[in-house]
Amino acid sequence: MVEPTPSTATAAQPGPAPHRGEPIYTVRGLTCRFRQPRVSLRRPTPPLTAIEGIDLDVHAGQRFGVVGESGSGKSTLLRCLAALQAPTSGSIRFRGQELAGRRDRELKFLRREVQLVFQDPMASLDPRMRVRDLIAEPLVAQRMGGVDERVGELLDAVGLARQSATRYPHQFSGGQRQRIAIARALAVRPTVLLADEPVSALDVSVRAQILNLLAELVERYDLTLVFVSHDLAVVRHVCDAVAVMRAGAVVESGSAERVSSAPQHPYTRALVAAVPTLRRALAGADPAALLGAAPTDEEPT
Amino acid sequence: MGAVSARPDPPPAVLDVAGLSVRTGDHALVEDVSFHLGAGERVGLIGESGSGKSLTALAIMGLLPDELSASGHIRLREVERDLLSASETERSTLRGDRLGMVFQEPMTALNPLMRVGAQVAEVLRIHGAVSGREAATDRARDLLAAVELPDPERIARRYPHQLSGGQRQRVMLAMALANGPDLLICDEPTTALDVTVQAQMLKLIDDGVAARDSALLFISHDLAVVATVCDRILVMYGGRIVEAGPTRALLTRPRHPYTEGLMAASDLEAVDAAGRLPTIAGSVPPDGRFPDGCVFRNRCPRGDDACQAWPGWTGEQHDGVACWYPSGSGREAGRG
Ligand SMILES: Nc1ncnc2c1ncn2[C@@H]1O[C@H](COP(=O)(O)OP(=O)(O)OP(=O)(O)O)[C@@H](O)[C@H]1O
Ligand SMILES: Nc1ncnc2c1ncn2[C@@H]1O[C@H](COP(=O)(O)OP(=O)(O)O)[C@@H](O)[C@H]1O
Ligand code: SF4
Ligand SMILES: [Mg+2]
Ligand SMILES: [Mg+2]
Repeated sequence: MVEPTPSTATAAQPGPAPHRGEPIYTVRGLTCRFRQPRVSLRRPTPPLTAIEGIDLDVHAGQRFGVVGESGSGKSTLLRCLAALQAPTSGSIRFRGQELAGRRDRELKFLRREVQLVFQDPMASLDPRMRVRDLIAEPLVAQRMGGVDERVGELLDAVGLARQSATRYPHQFSGGQRQRIAIARALAVRPTVLLADEPVSALDVSVRAQILNLLAELVERYDLTLVFVSHDLAVVRHVCDAVAVMRAGAVVESGSAERVSSAPQHPYTRALVAAVPTLRRALAGADPAALLGAAPTDEEPT
Repeated sequence: MGAVSARPDPPPAVLDVAGLSVRTGDHALVEDVSFHLGAGERVGLIGESGSGKSLTALAIMGLLPDELSASGHIRLREVERDLLSASETERSTLRGDRLGMVFQEPMTALNPLMRVGAQVAEVLRIHGAVSGREAATDRARDLLAAVELPDPERIARRYPHQLSGGQRQRVMLAMALANGPDLLICDEPTTALDVTVQAQMLKLIDDGVAARDSALLFISHDLAVVATVCDRILVMYGGRIVEAGPTRALLTRPRHPYTEGLMAASDLEAVDAAGRLPTIAGSVPPDGRFPDGCVFRNRCPRGDDACQAWPGWTGEQHDGVACWYPSGSGREAGRG
């Protein structure tokens, strides 16, 4: 039962934090390529490889972090886990059931178990819909009853006044909009929450409030959390295990604590060095120090 | 800290802002803001979203939207006229020449229909720093290379939407620095970038102002970023500067409860027994209507009846606080 989490990078690493049960997700050799527009008459443009050969296990109750720079494939991985994106090859098993190659209508069960929260709540919430309808939409889609009572409960759970139900998203601050997005994701009582940079657009003070809220809800509803961020310091606070992605591959994985405090891969070390901290700034570090061993910019094509 | 308050002779200021207020029809969004920047000085302006940081920057640049009005004084070194009473023609000459700005969202500042190299060259030619199309094109390419864009020849021929977010920020920095401005204002220049690209951008800003001895006003809500870049810090809340001081002193001995709250909330390793991060109670009013008296009093753990009156400024303009019960004064004992 206790199978080690495979790592595509380094073999001699301690495994992830001790997990509490069977894997919810078992991902093997996951690859996702996108066709690119043709730019030459003579030859086709090769497809863009967003992720390639990803192996990972996410266990029930785990808080699993994914970190990496922009374009490293974090969102693509998350979309594959949510079955919103079909992989080009490889396998994704959810509670033992293969998701790859399934038709949309065969994936209905997943929509009830797995929900997503995005970075920019303004972009993910339809500005023309009232909060009540935004939160109720997934319930209605799943033909679940008791909508108004449930919306009230959810507003309580995310710390918003029940009167908020009749208002529109633009009448809320960024942090409050993220609370609405979280309430909407929890409406169908999912068991897995996939969060794509949920605090990256927020102020530090609001970030702390939303991170506390997420931690509380994960605990209270016994959720499994997959949390994507470009900031390893945030992942370390939220998660128990982490996979570090670069250019579509996992370069290092392990317990969040171990990966942040003793990174093995040079890329992970650069990520750790690149996060400005008060402690280092007050010790005299300047912007040049953040570059550490930062890999040089690669020109996207 | 009004416009007329006496203070010891400061070093000759590149920028002197005195008693700046920005108002909509019925209420103040920025109120009685005063500070100065010396040559080559790097000053951070921090505060949560909705505190008035961007409006302060836009007032200096002369870019406030029409429905807002500004009062007070904004003086730039060697410019006779108060910037607030200068004509739009005078102000647009100063922008891009003496004043440069990098915005959080680069698409608002770049022309989507023009190749980025041509945009940099245009800034050079309009302000007369370089004459001749070819010279401007060459110089633009050098500037793009100086912000470490890979293959600047190729990047120069692209349109803004063909660049990544980090690349667009660098193009905007190249434009802002093109004519060696006296003052560079960066408004959340890295908030939308990931940590590795942010690190590169911060280094470029740091090098860019150092090479030109420009003063830097660096706006951010991220204390660690500001502490890494700036010598001094201004803390803004509710449209007011509530605390100012040298970076190290301000962040090791904060006096204002708001500064303390921001510091506590940004430390991801300081959790309570239940694993919760410290937060500041409540939130910034989304409509910009803050309480009378001390603007922070509805969120402050230390406030009492005295705080229904604005506390006024204690200390020097560049090193002081606006609070009835600042930490370290002895008066805060037993509160908060
Ligand atoms: N639908 C798509 N069509 C074509 N290319 C895509 C598509 N979705 C993603 N990509 C490309 O795949 C790569 C990985 O993208 P992805 O969005 O997963 O990165 P990310 O790690 O989430 O980045 P960020 O931190 O910027 O959100 C990028 O090069 C991206 O441009
Ligand atoms: N054109 C405008 N009309 C009315 N209110 C505005 C306008 N622009 C900004 N505000 C308000 O002024 C306050 C300060 O805004 P801003 O300077 O953008 O804050 P910050 O940059 O610190 O996030 C906010 O409450 C904002 O809603
Ligand atoms: S003046 Fe009063 S309410 Fe305002 S910050 Fe100080 S103690 Fe708090
Ligand atoms: Mg993404
Ligand atoms: Mg702003």
